Amino acid sequence: MNDDDSVFKALADPTRRHLLDRLFARDGRTLTELESELEMSRFGVMKHLRVLEGAGLVVTRRSGREKLHYLNPVPIRLIHDRWIDKYTERRASALADLKNELEETA
Amino acid sequence: MTTMVEAKTLQVYQVFIKAEPDRIWDAITKPEFTQRYFHGTRADHELRPGGAYRTLAGDGDSLLVDGEVLEVDPPRRFVHTWRALYDPEMGGEEPSRVTWEIERQDGGISLVTVTHDRLEGAPKTAESVSGGGWVMVLSGLKTLLETGEPLA
Repeated sequence: MNDDDSVFKALADPTRRHLLDRLFARDGRTLTELESELEMSRFGVMKHLRVLEGAGLVVTRRSGREKLHYLNPVPIRLIHDRWIDKYTERRASALADLKNELEETA
Repeated sequence: MTTMVEAKTLQVYQVFIKAEPDRIWDAITKPEFTQRYFHGTRADHELRPGGAYRTLAGDGDSLLVDGEVLEVDPPRRFVHTWRALYDPEMGGEEPSRVTWEIERQDGGISLVTVTHDRLEGAPKTAESVSGGGWVMVLSGLKTLLETGEPLA
């Protein structure tokens, strides 16, 4: 199992990103609620939710007869730590170095 | 794009960690571990139902979070109440509840789930722990246990 692969794959689809945005705004939603905002069959939405669940981006909880969907942002943070921080840090520190150098010579 | 975000009264955070449940349990309950990933704080918990749940500042004795221990089932389940004292407004809110669950998976991996609920009476706390709060704690816990290094 490679966690990164499944997260990138899950994020590489506009419908799934839209579903994450909907859950970010308010989670604890049922399939019916999520489906009502999309021009897509119930089965299609279910399939997308399953991919998100497989990547750990969505966690479900049972509440009586309903299945509620919650956003789990931790995998996105891990991608950020692994793939974004590393590259932006270098650029930020290069700029900091440049600033120091310019100020020293000024 | 700006999105209106409602304060969430039930929040779920989950992470897979390549570590046995025992090590994760220690990392959650012992100060020498929490200091390295839990926003630099030290755990000072009485691990029995009815005991005190206390989180202390890393560099002093000031109490940042207090609560009551509700359930202790090592290394599987730890439930406690949560009242944030690091902000006076949050300190005046109703206590909420935190449930830690550790489930052993195949291949030396464990699934750690944090559920923070009963936040109806604590909207400011709900906002504070979402976003960066628990996400940083769980990603830091994973990094510490898998690499031995705290997040920079």
